[in-house]
Amino acid sequence: MRRALPILAVLAVLLTAMAVANPFFLEPAGFLAFLKRAAPLVILAAGQYFVIVAGEFDLSVGSLVTAEVVIAARLIDGDESATWPVLALLIVVGLLVGLVNGVVTTKLRVPSFIVTLGMLLILSGAIFLWTGGAPRGALSEGFRVFGRGGLGPLPWSVLILLAVGGAVIWLMRADFGRILMATGDNERAAELSGVRVDRVKIFAFMLSGLSAAVTAILLGGFAGVSAQVGQGLEFSAITAVVLGGVVLGGGRGSVPAAMAGAVTLETLFTLLNLYGISGALEFTVQGVIIIAAVAAGAVRLPRKSTPRRGDAHAAS
Amino acid sequence: MDLLTRARRPARSGLAARLHGPTPMVFLALLGLAAAGWALVALDGGQLLTMESVVGIQQRSAALGIVAIGQTLAILAGSLDLSVAYLISLASLVAAETMAGRDGNIGPAVAAVLVLSSLVGLVNGLVITRLRVHAFIATLGVALIIKGIVDHLYDGPAGKVPESFQLLGYSRAGPIPVSAMLWAGVAVAAWFLLSRTRLGYRIYAVGGDEEVARLSGIRTARVILITHVLCSVCAGIAGLLLAARLGAGAPTVGTDGGYDLESIAAVVLGGTALAGGKGGIAGTVGGVLLLAVLDTVFNQLEVDSFVKDVVRGTVIVVAVAVYARRGTRRPA
Amino acid sequence: MLSMRGIGKTFLGVRVLSGVDLDVAAGEVHAVVGENGAGKSTLMKIICGVHPPDEGTIEIDGRPVSFGHPLEARRSGIAIIYQEFNLLPERTVAENVFLGREPVRRGLVDRTAMEEATARLLDELGEDSFGPRDVVKRLSVTQQQIVEIVKALSVNARLVVMDEPSAALAEHEVESLYRLIGRLRERGVAVVYISHRLREVFDLADRVTVLKDGSRVTTLPIGEVDPDELIRLMVGRDLGAYFPPRSAGAGEVRLRLRAAGNHKLRDIDLELSAGEIVGIAGLRGSGRSELAKAIFGAEPFTTGEMIPSRPRSVREGVAMGIGLVTEDRKAEGLALHQSVRDNVLLVARAVGAGNRDGVRDLLERVRLSPARQQQQVRYLSGGNQQKVVLVKWMTMAPRVLLFDEPTRGIDVGAKAAIHDLMRELANDGMAIMMISSELPELIGMSDRVVVLRDGRIAGTLPAGASEEAVMRLAAGEVA
Repeated sequence: MRRALPILAVLAVLLTAMAVANPFFLEPAGFLAFLKRAAPLVILAAGQYFVIVAGEFDLSVGSLVTAEVVIAARLIDGDESATWPVLALLIVVGLLVGLVNGVVTTKLRVPSFIVTLGMLLILSGAIFLWTGGAPRGALSEGFRVFGRGGLGPLPWSVLILLAVGGAVIWLMRADFGRILMATGDNERAAELSGVRVDRVKIFAFMLSGLSAAVTAILLGGFAGVSAQVGQGLEFSAITAVVLGGVVLGGGRGSVPAAMAGAVTLETLFTLLNLYGISGALEFTVQGVIIIAAVAAGAVRLPRKSTPRRGDAHAAS
Repeated sequence: MDLLTRARRPARSGLAARLHGPTPMVFLALLGLAAAGWALVALDGGQLLTMESVVGIQQRSAALGIVAIGQTLAILAGSLDLSVAYLISLASLVAAETMAGRDGNIGPAVAAVLVLSSLVGLVNGLVITRLRVHAFIATLGVALIIKGIVDHLYDGPAGKVPESFQLLGYSRAGPIPVSAMLWAGVAVAAWFLLSRTRLGYRIYAVGGDEEVARLSGIRTARVILITHVLCSVCAGIAGLLLAARLGAGAPTVGTDGGYDLESIAAVVLGGTALAGGKGGIAGTVGGVLLLAVLDTVFNQLEVDSFVKDVVRGTVIVVAVAVYARRGTRRPA
Repeated sequence: MLSMRGIGKTFLGVRVLSGVDLDVAAGEVHAVVGENGAGKSTLMKIICGVHPPDEGTIEIDGRPVSFGHPLEARRSGIAIIYQEFNLLPERTVAENVFLGREPVRRGLVDRTAMEEATARLLDELGEDSFGPRDVVKRLSVTQQQIVEIVKALSVNARLVVMDEPSAALAEHEVESLYRLIGRLRERGVAVVYISHRLREVFDLADRVTVLKDGSRVTTLPIGEVDPDELIRLMVGRDLGAYFPPRSAGAGEVRLRLRAAGNHKLRDIDLELSAGEIVGIAGLRGSGRSELAKAIFGAEPFTTGEMIPSRPRSVREGVAMGIGLVTEDRKAEGLALHQSVRDNVLLVARAVGAGNRDGVRDLLERVRLSPARQQQQVRYLSGGNQQKVVLVKWMTMAPRVLLFDEPTRGIDVGAKAAIHDLMRELANDGMAIMMISSELPELIGMSDRVVVLRDGRIAGTLPAGASEEAVMRLAAGEVA
């Protein structure tokens, strides 16, 4: 939990700043609207968390989100009755992409950075090939309701977020989560303890794919269909997870902290808008804050000076 | 005599083992691809290795090649740089704006780009070594910072590159474009750095095992810092080259080319380990050429450009899978 | 040549060293002994400039020095050989030897000079099995250690600090280590030798300094002390009987191998019975660890018979009731950043079985405070970490438990505790196989010693065999 402390502090400061800038934020409706906007990234970060804690990367989620939205629009093409079958298909596609990422990473022993980078290229190429550059078709109202509508005052996306949050926290406390952590920490030891390391990692990638599918469903409704809908989301998700104090390399960090990292990132985006920082400079401020927040986490209370090899950098 | 024979004695790995290393493999693959591509294009009624296409391959490779050389240095030191694409855009803008169409400004413009890119590299390096931020996040953050500045200041192409500087982008000596010579120069310089200088040895050491390097008295932070400066300078040079080709600076020239991930892909395709400490320049050159030949074949066959991405992604994953298979016969 | 006075060091409020004096003369082998946590490693790191001391002075040849970086210590002629080698596997021998101080000529690295100098030093050490251009990852452990020593000699080190240099070596390799140290001594190099193995201390050292709880107990010429006395000084108590009493007799046969083999092993015939501890001896590379991993299913047998059945994977091995306490705790046994509880339950969770409610009792049984269940394993001492590995297998109540070097790098007190536990488990009816490079331990613990050589069984010796008999079988000399 120590690692999560800096992010909680940053989050508290940002939330306060937001409340000051816009008192509407303190009202339930305002806060819910914010959560609704944050939900897709938080869910995506939760999925990315599983992969990162297993010691891997998933760079393919951004283009996977785009692919899912484009597929949905094209297949539904405004037809209400197609909504549920397509939703099911999206989930299957997400799981399948995760499965391929996981199998290539574990069975062919290719670094996941490369595998998922390849998957990113393949997915974006395939989507454009299929659509000819501009997405066609339209989503149905039944599809959009997840990203836009709500159950009474509660937006669906917030409810889904709560469900996903509950599920991932439960999953990390269950045997699978504990085994996943141990595998990310020391793969060899896990293997010699009877853990099916490959299977565990493949499952982590599939969870990431699944979260991308859910994110796509929410974003499709919320932001609409475009070929840019998932652009850069992989970096945002990884950044969010790292902001939450999860260590790239595996075995350390908690899933609530990763999700808090995503909320922080989203708060930051909102805040920059509120303070009227021009669209472009927003990126600059974002970059500075990400570096500062991660640096603040790195300069943690020196408990015992145990510099881990390559903690400071080393990519995979 | 005994001493010398021993010193000269080839390593036990020998030539046979060397031929199986990733670097020769990427060149073999390059030859194979060129042959297959030639056959395919010939069947299609065209010719792959025309003067035009060879020049095209070289020009296409040059910018990516230069960035990938810099990226190789960073990756060998166990780091990586995701900020190169935005830096390239910024560099092209700074170059074109400073030149403002006047020959006399070329010198100051080049100097400005080099200073600017060194500074960016310095920031990357300092954030990684001093603030102990993972390179992935650090350079991503710097990339965002540059993106914000570029997007804030520019909406579209800006500045003007004088004719004389545009020669860098287009002129050639025989079949060899000047840009390819520039690339070759950067590659040779980097190869020399890695194989003949202390800094080069230290880059391998830091990437191989930072703790070992530190305990051997190597100032690891400094080495990482220098590789990042060099990597950024390479990106700056690529920015100059692209400005020369476009005749102006463009805020999206770096990201449109996908130079960040593409350069990492080329390095890895060349057999350099993403974890650092293993690999080299020759492999990267092969990797870049492989991607360029692939591009050319597709262009000649007039295949939809999006297929390229699909094939490219597959090629990269398959190549690394093959290296992984050969590298670890059976973990003991 | 080295003189340290009143050295003190505190880490975050914990006093690790206080008032330690150490004098080392040129050409002397000076052993430093003490239990884990006595401060040996810290003292060593201070000598080598990794940590600066908080108090006290260091003099070299009468001149006061203070090191801010390992490099400065090296310039003063101090070199260190760590327990885990500090070599770059992808680089050549010469590149490793001159790492961080490559000779340059006109600004460029002078490879020829580097390789010739390395070759010369290898020659001086009488080493001709490899050359300066060999890539380190292809060398054996002993050869890598020689590279480390060449590295020390190449800086003209006048003081070499060796941290458990024999930990990674088999018995016969220790002999060549002895020879190397002899050569260093002839050259007038001072050696600070840190080891848990008392026999080496008595074989090699001129003087011995005993540390306990961060303070120096005494420094004695080796002739004025005997092993029992030395242990008493280290532990501060008389350990009395070294090993627990042997069992009355073996019970039913739990596991039987007939002509079993794989890529590393051939024709293995072996029986493990309830209540019995079978010791496995052999030189490094003789196939000891491979035997354990084959029985366990991690590197399965491919030929021959194993009764009741031959596991093809770790999970099959676990399902058969086999457990393996691996040789290298940190690399193969533990997830260091996870809690004690998560480590203990790893096997049970992985195979979806085992006794999960009894963790408390098991921890109490191995005398590890159950209050520490949530603590991360990396904060535990080596002995306690080994107990965690042991409890991990105890949750599965295995019928056969294999131990590979169970007490490596563990201090004397914790060693005895592990030995007691092993015997207790055997008495409860477990079949135990134990691999150890430390012959006194192996002979002291085992009801039977099986000696391996080149992947085959060279012979079996009864309880209480002599070290010489074991060594003769292991080395293959005609008796």
